[in-house]
Amino acid sequence: MSPPTRVVGRPYEKVDAAAKVTGQTRFADDLVLPRMLHCKLLRSRRTHAILRRVDVSRAAALPGVLAIATGRDLPIPFGILPVSQDEHALCLDRVRFVGDPISAVAALDEETANEALALIEVDYEDLPTIASIEQAVETPFPRIHDYGDRDNFHKLVSMEFGDVEEGFARAEKIYDDLFFYEGNTHLPLEQHAALADLGPDGKLTLWSSTQTPHYVHRALAKVLEMPAARIRVIATPNGGGFGGKSDPFNHEIVVAHLSRVTGRPVKICLTREEVFYCHRGRHPILMRARTGVRRDGSITAMHFQTVLDGGAYGSYGVASTYYSGALQTVTYPVPVYRFDGARVFTNKPPCGPKRGHGTPQPRFALEAQLDKIAVDLGFDPAAMRLSHLQPPSSITANFLRIGSMGLGACIEKVVAASGWKERRGRLPRGRGLGIACSSYICGAGLPIYWNAMPQSGVQLKLDRSGGVTVFCGSTDIGQGSDSVLAYVVAEVLGIDPFDIRVVTADTDLTPVDLGSYSSRVTLMTGNAALQAAERAREMLVAAAGEKLEIPGSRVALAEGRVFDVEDPDKGLSFVDAVIAAESKFGTIGTVGSYTPPPSAGRYRGAGVGPSPAYSYSAAVVEVDVDPATGIYTVPKIWIAHDVGKCINPVLVIGQVEGSVYMGLGEAMMEEMAYRDDVNGNVMHKAPSMLEYKSPTTLEMPEVVTLLVEDPDPNGPFGAKEVGQGPLLPIPPAVANAVFDAVGVRIDEIPVTPEKIARALKARAAGQPARVGPASFPTIPYPDAVRIPTPAEGGDGRARDLAATGAGGVRKADR
Amino acid sequence: MLRLPRFRYFVPRTISEATAMKADSGSGSVFVAGGTDLYPNMKRRQQTPAAVISIGGLPELRAVDFSGDGVAIGAGAILSDLENDSRIREAYPGLAHAIAEISTPLLRNMGTIGGNLLLDTRCNYYDQNFEWRQAIDFCMKKDGQICWVAPGSPRCLAVQSADSVPVLIALKARVLLVSAADRREIPLEDLYRNDGIDYATRKPEELLTAVWIPRPDGWRAAYRKLRRRGSFDFPVLSVGAAVRREGPRVEEARIVLGGVASAPLRLTDAEERLKGRPLDEDSIRDAADAAARPSRPMDNTDFSFLWRKEMTKKYVASALRALTGAEGGRG
Ligand SMILES: Cc1cc2nc3c(=O)[nH]c(=O)nc-3n(C[C@H](O)[C@H](O)[C@H](O)COP(=O)(O)OP(=O)(O)OC[C@H]3O[C@@H](n4cnc5c(N)ncnc54)[C@H](O)[C@@H]3O)c2cc1C
Ligand code: SF4
Repeated sequence: MSPPTRVVGRPYEKVDAAAKVTGQTRFADDLVLPRMLHCKLLRSRRTHAILRRVDVSRAAALPGVLAIATGRDLPIPFGILPVSQDEHALCLDRVRFVGDPISAVAALDEETANEALALIEVDYEDLPTIASIEQAVETPFPRIHDYGDRDNFHKLVSMEFGDVEEGFARAEKIYDDLFFYEGNTHLPLEQHAALADLGPDGKLTLWSSTQTPHYVHRALAKVLEMPAARIRVIATPNGGGFGGKSDPFNHEIVVAHLSRVTGRPVKICLTREEVFYCHRGRHPILMRARTGVRRDGSITAMHFQTVLDGGAYGSYGVASTYYSGALQTVTYPVPVYRFDGARVFTNKPPCGPKRGHGTPQPRFALEAQLDKIAVDLGFDPAAMRLSHLQPPSSITANFLRIGSMGLGACIEKVVAASGWKERRGRLPRGRGLGIACSSYICGAGLPIYWNAMPQSGVQLKLDRSGGVTVFCGSTDIGQGSDSVLAYVVAEVLGIDPFDIRVVTADTDLTPVDLGSYSSRVTLMTGNAALQAAERAREMLVAAAGEKLEIPGSRVALAEGRVFDVEDPDKGLSFVDAVIAAESKFGTIGTVGSYTPPPSAGRYRGAGVGPSPAYSYSAAVVEVDVDPATGIYTVPKIWIAHDVGKCINPVLVIGQVEGSVYMGLGEAMMEEMAYRDDVNGNVMHKAPSMLEYKSPTTLEMPEVVTLLVEDPDPNGPFGAKEVGQGPLLPIPPAVANAVFDAVGVRIDEIPVTPEKIARALKARAAGQPARVGPASFPTIPYPDAVRIPTPAEGGDGRARDLAATGAGGVRKADR
Repeated sequence: MLRLPRFRYFVPRTISEATAMKADSGSGSVFVAGGTDLYPNMKRRQQTPAAVISIGGLPELRAVDFSGDGVAIGAGAILSDLENDSRIREAYPGLAHAIAEISTPLLRNMGTIGGNLLLDTRCNYYDQNFEWRQAIDFCMKKDGQICWVAPGSPRCLAVQSADSVPVLIALKARVLLVSAADRREIPLEDLYRNDGIDYATRKPEELLTAVWIPRPDGWRAAYRKLRRRGSFDFPVLSVGAAVRREGPRVEEARIVLGGVASAPLRLTDAEERLKGRPLDEDSIRDAADAAARPSRPMDNTDFSFLWRKEMTKKYVASALRALTGAEGGRG
C-alpha cells in the first residue's frame, strides 16, 4: 500500500479552468502584435499535377501586399518522421492533393491577402490521380512520391512471431474476416493558427497551436536554415488537438519565413476548410483478420493484414502502419502472431495520428471478430473475453512488456453495471447490447528521432517568497497536463497546487518534453516532475531538519508546513523552510527527467508498441434500432477504464467521456468522404462543420464511467493513460450491439442506418446479413521477418536475417 | 477566417422605405433578415450582392396577428419566438414543431420565418467555398455551365430545404409580396418553382411581408424530418401532412414533401387515397405507397439518394400516423 495522498486522487479544479470558462485563455488567434501582417495560403485546385508556372507578379503589385513566398523560397523538405521528410512549406514543383499549399501572401489585412491570392497565376500539368486503396495498389506509376518501399506503397512490412502455421494447425476453428474502417478527422474547435515574430535581436519567436513545439522547433531550424538556438517556439493553449496538431505544419514555417522577410510579425489562422486539408486524421484501413481458436475460445494463432490509405504525405504513417499491427496481443493471449502491413499514398489530405493512433481500426476488427467467434462457439461474449486475459507482468509474443492489467476488473464492472447477464437477449425488439475491450500505450517507448536523451524534463524553481515554479516542455491541449504537473509537485512538497506557477511549452524557457501525443504526458512528465519535486523535498527536509533539530526521517511536508511527524506542532511554514534551504544550499532549483525503460523487442519495427505501461478499457453499448429504417440511437454506454491511479478523478472521467464521444462519432457517422467524379479532381466531399457529420449533444448518450485503479509500477503514483484508450472499445461495441439488436453484421465503420437497412434487406433476400468489404487486394508484402516468441526462447531478435535480407537489430523504424 | 465581400448596407425604418431603397438600388441589391442564410453564402461567394437592405429590425414585420381570420405572421418574426408562441403551439402545433426542427437554437434566435420561406436551395456541389467550387470548375447555379449532379440536366436540381414550408403549404398558407409599385397575395405553394436557380416566383423587387394561415377549422398538421443529427442539419427529406376530418373520415388531406426536389412537392395521389376513408393503417399504407413514386431525390445531399427515396414511404406513414390520435398528435 502506498501512503495516503493529499492532492493526488482528489477532484481539484484545473489550474487553467477559470481562464477557460471566463473566455480569457489566449489562443494563438487571440494574439495581436503591433505592425502585424496577415498571411493567406494559395492552395492547389488540382489533385495531382506538375507546377509549370507560378507567377506572383500581379499579386505582388497589389497595394497592401508586403511579401509573397513560393516553394522556391523554402526548398528544404521536412516531416515529422526522419524517414519521411517529404513535405515542403510550399509545393516546389508538384501538387499532390486539392489543398496542397503553393504560395503565401503577407498583407496588411486578410481581405488584401485574399485579393492577392486571386491574382496569382498557376499553370498545372495534370497527372493521373489516385483516390483509393484499390487504385493505389493497381497504379504503380506515376508514383506520388519517388521514395517509399515500391510503386505507390509508402511502407510494406511483415513480421512473424513464432510458428504461426503450427499455431493454426492447433486451432479447432479458423475465422477469416474482412473489415474496413473509414477515415475521419479530429475536428478541433480551434482552427490552427500561428504567429511569427522576428525580433530586432535577430531571434525568431513562433506562437502556434501545436501539440509538439519541440518538433516544430526542429523543423523550423531545418527549413529556415537557422540555428535552433535563435528560434523560440511557444505552444499556445490548444483548443483541441486530438493528434491533429502533432505534425510540424507548412503554415508555421511559412509565417516564420514571411516574418523574416518583412521584419514584421505575421499571423495566420486557417479556415475550417484548410483544417480539413491539414487533416493527419484516422487512416482508412482495410483489414483481414485470420484467427485460430480452440473450442474454449482461446486463441492459438493470429494473422492480421492491413492496408492503410495514407493520403498524399508520410506524416506519422510509418508508425501508424506498425501500430495497426502492434497491440493485438496485449489484451488476450495470442501465442503466435503474424502481421503484414502496408501504407499506400493517395491524392488526398495526409492521414496521421488521431486519438488512438493506428489502433482503433484493428481493435474494431479484432473485437468484432471475437463477437462472431463467441456467438459461433456459443459463449457469452463477455464471459469468453474474461476467461482469456493476458496476465499482468507478462510479455507478449511480440515482446511487449505488460505491467498492471486491470481488464478483468473492467469487464466485471461493465457487465454488472449494465445488467448484461440479466438484460442481454431479453430486450424488446430492436434493442441490443454489445461489448468490446481494448488497451492503449502510456507513451511510446522510443522518441520520434533517435537520441539517448530523456523524453521529458522538468525544472523546479523554489524562491525565498515560497513561490514554486514548474518548467516543462509539455503542452496542455485541454487534457489537463499543466494541472497534473501542479498536482504532482504539490503532493510531494505538501503545498496547495494553486500556489504553484506552471510554465510550459516554451522552447526558450522550458526543458524539452517531446509533446502531447501517444498518451505519454501524465506518465512521463509526471515521473519527471516527481523526481524534480523529490529532489527539492530532500533539500527542504535537510534544511528544516537542521532547523528543527530532528533527523530528516522525521520531517513531513503537508498543508503548507514542514514539521516533525512525531510532534506536528513543531515545524516551519513552507516559506520558512524554503528560506532555510536557500540559506543552506544557495539558490534552489532542481531537475527531473524521464526516459522509458528499454523495450524487450530488438527486431526491426520493435520501436512501435512498447510502452512503460498499458491502460485497459471495456465498454458495453446499448442500441435501439428501428428495423424498418435502419435508424438507430444509442441510449446508454457503460465504460470501465483501468487508469492505474487517478491523479485527478474528475479529469480522468472527463477524458473517458470525451473519448466515448469521439469514438461514438466515428462509430455512427464521421467520414472523410471524397468524390473523384468532378473535373478530374479528387475532392473532399464536405470540408465544413455542417456537412462533416459529428455528433451533437443530442446524440451523446448517458455515459456511466467506472474507474479501475490497478497501479502500474512505472507510472507516477501508479498512474496510466486515459486520453486515448477509452475511445477504442466504442466502435466495435456499437457494431456488436447492432448485431445483438437486429442480427446483422456491419463489418465497416461507420455503422450507418443505410448499411443496417442494406444488411436487413440482404437477409430478407436470403443473402448474408452483412455489410462489409468483399475482397482484399493482393499486396506485395515482403517475406516475413521471423522472430521467435519469448515462449519459444526468443531473445527479441529476428532469426534468419540473411535468408530474408531484411530486418535485424537495426534501429527500429519509428 | 472566411471574409465577407465588400457591400453597401442599408437600414430602412419602414416597409415603404425598404421597397423604395430596393427600387433605387436595383438588381445588385438583396434584402436580408436574420442573415443566417445570406451571410454564409456571401462568405462563400455564392451570392455577391453589391448592396444589402436589412429588414430584420422593422417592427411592422415582426407582428403575429391573430385578430383576423387565422393568423398573419410578419415575415421578420424570429423563429424562436414563433416556436415558443403559445397561440401558435395551440392552433398550429405541426408548424411549431417544424420550426423547432430548424437548425440550432442559436440560429433560430437570429433566423426569421420570411428568410426561411426564401431560403436558397441546397446542393453539396454548391454549398462550398469559392475555392472548392473553383476546383470543380463551378456549376450552373453559380459561375459555371454544367450540373455536376446530373451532367445531362438542362436545369439545376438543388434541393428545397426549408423546414417550415411543407407544413405551411399543407395548411394552405398564403404570402403577401409588396414592392414599391405593387402588392399581391398568393398561395405559398405558388411562391416556388421547380428550378434550383430560379426557385422562387417572387420578383426581385418584392418584399415578402407576411405569411397568412387560415383558421385551423378541423385541420391538423404534422411534420417529419430526416437528417443525420438531432440538430444543425437541414432536412434531406421532409413531410408536411395535414388532414381535415369529419367524423371518422378524412374529408381533405394535403401532403407535401420537402428535400427531394427544387420545390416543395405536393403528393396529390397520396392525398386522394385518404379521401373519404378513416385514417387508419390501411389508408395510411395506401397513401404511403403512392408517395414513393413521385419522390425522386438526387445525389446531392447527405445520405444516399436511394435510401432517401426508400425512406419516403416510412416518413409519410409516420407523419400520417401522428395525425391518427384524437388530439391529432403533436406533429
Ligand atoms: C448551420 C446552419 C444550419 C441550418 N439549418 C437549417 C435547417 O435545419 N432548416 C432550415 O429550414 N434552415 C436551416 N438553416 C437556414 C437558415 O438559418 C434558416 O432558413 C433561416 O430561417 C433563414 O432566415 P434568415 O432570416 O436568417 O434569412 P436571411 O439569411 O436573412 O435570408 C434568406 C434569403 O431570403 C431573402 N429574404 C429574407 N427575408 C426576406 C423578405 N422579407 N423578403 C424578401 N426576401 C427576403 C434574403 O434575401 C435571402 O436570400 C441553417 C443555416 C445554417 C447556417
Ligand atoms: S444541382 Fe447541379 S447545378 Fe444545381 S447546384 Fe447542384 S451541381 Fe450545381
